[in-house]
Amino acid sequence: MSVGLVLVSHSARLADGVAELAGQMAPDVVVRCAAGDLDGGLGTSLDRVQEALAAALESADAVVVLADLGSAVLTVESAFELDADLPSRSRLVSAPFVEGAVAAAVTAQQGADLEAVAEAAERAVRSIGPDPVWQVVEADTAATGDSPAIAATRAAGEAVPAPGPPASGAVDEVSATVTVRNPLGLHARPAAVVARAVADLGAPVTVNGADATSVLQLMSLGTVAGDVVTVTSRGQQAQAAVAVVVGLVEGGFGEA
Amino acid sequence: MGRSGPDDGATLVSVLDVDWAERWMHTAAADVAAARDDLTELDRLIGDGDHGVNLDRGLRAVAERLGDPAIAPRETVGQVLRLAATTLMSTVGGAAGPLYGTALLRASKVTDRAVLDASGVVALLDAALEGIVARGKAASGEKTMVDAWQPAAEAAERVAGTTDDVGDTWRAAADAAEAGARATIPWVATKGRASYLGERSAGTEDPGARSTAIVLAAAVRALQGPGA
Repeated sequence: MSVGLVLVSHSARLADGVAELAGQMAPDVVVRCAAGDLDGGLGTSLDRVQEALAAALESADAVVVLADLGSAVLTVESAFELDADLPSRSRLVSAPFVEGAVAAAVTAQQGADLEAVAEAAERAVRSIGPDPVWQVVEADTAATGDSPAIAATRAAGEAVPAPGPPASGAVDEVSATVTVRNPLGLHARPAAVVARAVADLGAPVTVNGADATSVLQLMSLGTVAGDVVTVTSRGQQAQAAVAVVVGLVEGGFGEA
Repeated sequence: MGRSGPDDGATLVSVLDVDWAERWMHTAAADVAAARDDLTELDRLIGDGDHGVNLDRGLRAVAERLGDPAIAPRETVGQVLRLAATTLMSTVGGAAGPLYGTALLRASKVTDRAVLDASGVVALLDAALEGIVARGKAASGEKTMVDAWQPAAEAAERVAGTTDDVGDTWRAAADAAEAGARATIPWVATKGRASYLGERSAGTEDPGARSTAIVLAAAVRALQGPGA
């Protein structure tokens, strides 16, 4: 399954910039832009959207579509209305344009299906803002000893069920600390390298609690050279997975 | 140009045929061009200031394509509306393109015949309203073009229940759209770009509702012939 991206924007420069960013992290993913009106001004055009969808679907099995503003969404929906075959192979996601495109591209690079790529884009919204949900959850978990699920419920202001026995013991958990060497830490490119490696390993890995398959979560850690991070994994592959990530961070991603 | 435009003879025409549909689009293009600066000013006050320019560009393109002898002749009202719909979607650039485009596209699906009667007008307006609501996800009272389309569709349905006169049906729809557009003036917008302004959107007529009133009035003018 190969999933491509179509970026629908009012501005050609905006779409090209996002395509460049996504392409750097996911070099094998097909990304097509449908941006600007027919005269090259700001706006969106049905023709450009139809062309980009057709071009992307020539190379990819399915396409996730991201749109920048309300009328871009309307233009994509119009294209879907005109061609009843499109919705079966394409999905318009409700996602932030930049973060959604990056998350979708990295997930598509890992060979995920349409559903998973679309979900990655839509979940990217949680990584925006000074207090991403997962960080709040981590902090709450540390403070209260709640499981992440309960902490998330608590964060959402809902009733918390009575705590039962721990869902998973820490018996098979493996952790190691490693010092970040490259000056900018886990910025976009290194984060993508880690995310791809972890996705290939198939073991659950976290870095300071952040899901290591998520470029956005890794970037949100804001690490810089000298920071010590904790790499954790579980299951039979845990030892190997932690070793791979530690090795990558220690290697400095060719930037140290 | 082979087909009649808005400048053809001034006889009273009461048949909603392909020529009427083409005259409707030509008249709408001329009327929106005339109102372009007013629409843009309304949109500048409570939106992003491009509604008049965008819709003018789109309807100009529709008029051009209708006059293009290389494009296959239209045999049903629906074919005219479909050509207009796809042209608007391609050329308007802003939200008005997919909104008007979807309205006319849905309308084209229920008007695939050579001549419309009064119930055909009702079907056309109902389908157009349904398209606007589906695409814009707006309900009435939110200070959008729905507030002109919805009373128009309701008025047409009411009048078509008592008469077969297509002229009366369209006039009722156009009058209701006009009243609906004016009613938006004191409202606070909760949908679309104008909603970013909140309370400050009160006191300005919604540009989409205004352009809807113009476009639906053009359907009546096209029916009666020019100068009516």
